[in-house]
Amino acid sequence: MSDQKTEKMAIAKAINESLRQALEADPKVLVMGEDVGKLGGVFRVTDGLQKDFGEERVIDTPLAESGIVGTAIGLALRGYRPVVEIQFDGFVFPAYDQIVTQLAKMYARSLGKVKLPVVVRIPYGGGIGAVEHHSESPEALFAHVAGLKVVSPSNASDAYWMMQQAIQSDDPVIFFEPKRRYWDKGEVNTESIPGPLHRARVVREGTDVTLVAYGPMVKLCLEVADAAAEEGRSLEVLDLRSISPLDFDSVQASVEKTRRLVVVHEAPVFLGSGAEIAARITERCFYHLEAPVLRVGGYHAPYPPARLEESYLPDLDRVLDAVDRSLAY
Amino acid sequence: MTVESTAARKARRSAGGKAGATGTEPAGSAGEAGAGADPADKGTGTAGAKRTASTGRTTRAGKTAGTAGTTRATGTSGGKRAASKPRAAKKAAGKPAASTAADEHDLVQLLTPEGERVENAEYDPYVADLTPEDLRGLYRDMVLTRRFDAEATSLQRQGELGLWASLLGQEAAQIGSGRATRPDDYVFPTYREHGVAWCRGVDPTNLLGMFRGVNNGGWDPNSNNFHLYTIVIGSQTLHATGYAMGIAKDGADAAVIAYFGDGASSQGDVAESFTFSAVYNAPVVFFCQNNQWAISEPTEKQTRVPLYQRARGYGFPGVRVDGNDVLACLAVTKWALERARRGEGPTLVEAFTYRMGAHTTSDDPSRYRHDDERVAWEAKDPIARLRAHLTAANHTDEGFFAELEDESEALGRRVREAVRAMPDPDHFAIFENAYADGHALVDEERAQFAAYQASFADAEGGK
Repeated sequence: MSDQKTEKMAIAKAINESLRQALEADPKVLVMGEDVGKLGGVFRVTDGLQKDFGEERVIDTPLAESGIVGTAIGLALRGYRPVVEIQFDGFVFPAYDQIVTQLAKMYARSLGKVKLPVVVRIPYGGGIGAVEHHSESPEALFAHVAGLKVVSPSNASDAYWMMQQAIQSDDPVIFFEPKRRYWDKGEVNTESIPGPLHRARVVREGTDVTLVAYGPMVKLCLEVADAAAEEGRSLEVLDLRSISPLDFDSVQASVEKTRRLVVVHEAPVFLGSGAEIAARITERCFYHLEAPVLRVGGYHAPYPPARLEESYLPDLDRVLDAVDRSLAY
Repeated sequence: MTVESTAARKARRSAGGKAGATGTEPAGSAGEAGAGADPADKGTGTAGAKRTASTGRTTRAGKTAGTAGTTRATGTSGGKRAASKPRAAKKAAGKPAASTAADEHDLVQLLTPEGERVENAEYDPYVADLTPEDLRGLYRDMVLTRRFDAEATSLQRQGELGLWASLLGQEAAQIGSGRATRPDDYVFPTYREHGVAWCRGVDPTNLLGMFRGVNNGGWDPNSNNFHLYTIVIGSQTLHATGYAMGIAKDGADAAVIAYFGDGASSQGDVAESFTFSAVYNAPVVFFCQNNQWAISEPTEKQTRVPLYQRARGYGFPGVRVDGNDVLACLAVTKWALERARRGEGPTLVEAFTYRMGAHTTSDDPSRYRHDDERVAWEAKDPIARLRAHLTAANHTDEGFFAELEDESEALGRRVREAVRAMPDPDHFAIFENAYADGHALVDEERAQFAAYQASFADAEGGK
C-alpha cells in the first residue's frame, strides 16, 4: 500500500479508470452503450476508452435500450463480459423486460450451465436540475428480482473497486451510479481492495442513532451527523454499498449498539428498500429497538420538475427531523 | 373453526400437501376448453367466416417463375430483383394486409404440393448434392418429429404435461432449416422448435421437462449449440444477434439462426435485433415461421406488408420460402447461413407455413378460424409432399415406410415412458442456481425452508 498508488479522483474518473483497468486485464470485457465511444458518454464516464481500446471493445450502439441489454446477453453467452451503459435511470425501462425476464433468469433456467456476467451501469438519482426521466431511483424494482445483484457506490474508492468486482462477478450486476456525486473527489488506492462487494461499511461511528444510506444519500447523512454532533448527538452512519444482497448483519450490529435506526434513500419510501430494512431489522432487533425504524425518502408521486426537486429529495432537515422523532420515543 | 395443535396441523399438511403438486392431474382439466377437439366439432366459426380459402391457392406457378420466383428485398445488391415484382409492391400500397395469401411470385418452392420437383436456378445448387438417402433422411426427420409432437399432445391430454405447443404442419420449415445448420452454428429457438432441436441432436425427452413442470429449461445449451426455449416473444432474437456479434469479434466463420413467428415480428425486440444485426453486419439468419396465426390473431393484425419485405427497410435481404417444402427451406437457409459465414450479414427468411393445430393445448382455434382454411393447408402437407416425391422418383420402397412406422412407434413409447418416469425435482431446487456467486438472502431463506421442512418430520414423530 504505497502512497504512490493513492490518487485523488472524482467518482466519474474512478469509474473510468476502473473500466480501463478491466478492459486491459481481460480481452473479453466490452463497454457498450449510446454515446459511450467518441463522446465518452454524456457524463464522460467512458471518456477516452474507445480511443485506446478501439470500436470493437468500446461500442457505440444504436439508440435502443432493449437491444443494448439483449445483445449483451448474447455476447455473454458467447463468452464476453459486457458492461453496458443506460444513459439515464428513466431510460432503463425499455430494457427492463430483457433485464428481468432474460438476464436475471438464464442462470437458473439453465441449471447453472449458462452464466451471464453482464454489468448494467445506470446513472441515477436527482439533484442535478434535469428534465423528467433523468432523476429517478428505481433500485427497488431491480433488487426485488431474484437473479440480479444491485449495488451503488457512494465514493470514488468504492466506485473504482466495486466496478472491478461487478465485472468479475459471474452474476448480472445492476450498477447504480450516483450522478449528482460524479464530480465529488476522494482518495483511491488502486492497489488495495477495501472489502467484499456486498459488505456494508460504517463510515462514521456513533452511539445514539444509526443512519443507513447508500449512493447519493451517504454524503447527506454524513452532513446530518456533523449537524447533529453540534447538538450533542452522536449518529452512526452506515453505507450499505450493496442493495441486493443487503448486509443485514452490519445493520443489525449497528442497531444493537445505538438502538435506533433511520433509513434514508431518494427513492419513494413506499415499498422501497427502506421498507425491507425496517421489516428485517424489526424482526432481528425487536428487543433492542427503543423506537420504530423510520424512513426518509421520496414521495409516492412522479419525480417532480427540477424547480421542486429540493422539496422532494431528502435533505438535512428532513433527516434531522427523523432523528428527533426517533429519539423522542 | 376448530383449533388444532401445531404438530397436528403440520402432520396433516405434510400428508396432504404432496398430492397434485406435480402436474399429474387427470386428463381433461387443462384441455377441457376443447384444445384438442377437432375444430370441425365446434360448428362453423363466425369470426373466421370472412377468411375464406384464399390462402389455399397452390403455387404451381412457381414452376414457370423459375428464378423470377425468388424475391430478395435487399437494400444493396438486390435491386434488379425488387424491380421484377411490381405486383407485390402495388398490392402492398393499394390494399391493406396483403401478406397472408402467398403470392406465387413471392415464394421460393422446389417441391410442389403434389411432390413435383420445381427447377430453381438460384437455389437448386444448395440441394444438388442430396442423395436419395439424404432425402429419405429428411422424410424420416419429419415423420419422427410429427410422431414425437403427437405423443406430447397426447401426454398433455392424459395429464402428464401441463401444456404443449404443437409444431404440427411446420415440420418442413423446421427440419429444412435445422438440417441447414452446421454443428458450430448456434440456434436460438422459441418454444415450438421441436424439429430443430431434433436436428441439433437434443434428446426430445429433454424438451418435455419444462412442459411437465420439473424444470425451466432441460438441456445444456452449449452441448448442442441449441439455446433454451424462450417464452417471452421475440426476446431471443436479440440474444442471437449478440451471439452473432461475438462470433464476428472472434473471427469465427460460424453463423447464428434465430427462430420466431409472425406475431413476434411485431415485437420491438425483433425490430431492434434487425437494427443491431444490420449495423454490425452480424452473421445471423432470422428464420420467421409465418404460421398465419399468433394465437387468435391472423398475420393481418401484425403487418400490412409481407413479412419478408421488412428486411428491406433494415438494409438486408428478405426471402419468402414455401414453409411446407422441406427442400426449399433447406436450400434457402443454407444460402442465408453461407452468406452470413462469408461476412455478408443478416438475412430474413420468412417460411410461409401453417399451424395445423392449436397455438398450445390450452387454445381452441375453432373460436377464431374457419375450418376451410385448415383443409386447404392440409393439401400442402410437408410430409405427404416429400413422400409423393420419393415414391415418384423411385427413391424408396414400402419397406422403408414400414420400418419408419415401427421406429415412430418406438419413439412414441420411449417418450411416453420417459415422461412418466421423470422425477419431480428436489424441494431445494427452488434455491439452486439463483446466483452463480451466491447471495446471502438465498442462503438465509434456504436455511429457513430447511428448518420448516424438518419441522414436518418432527411433527410426524421423526419420520
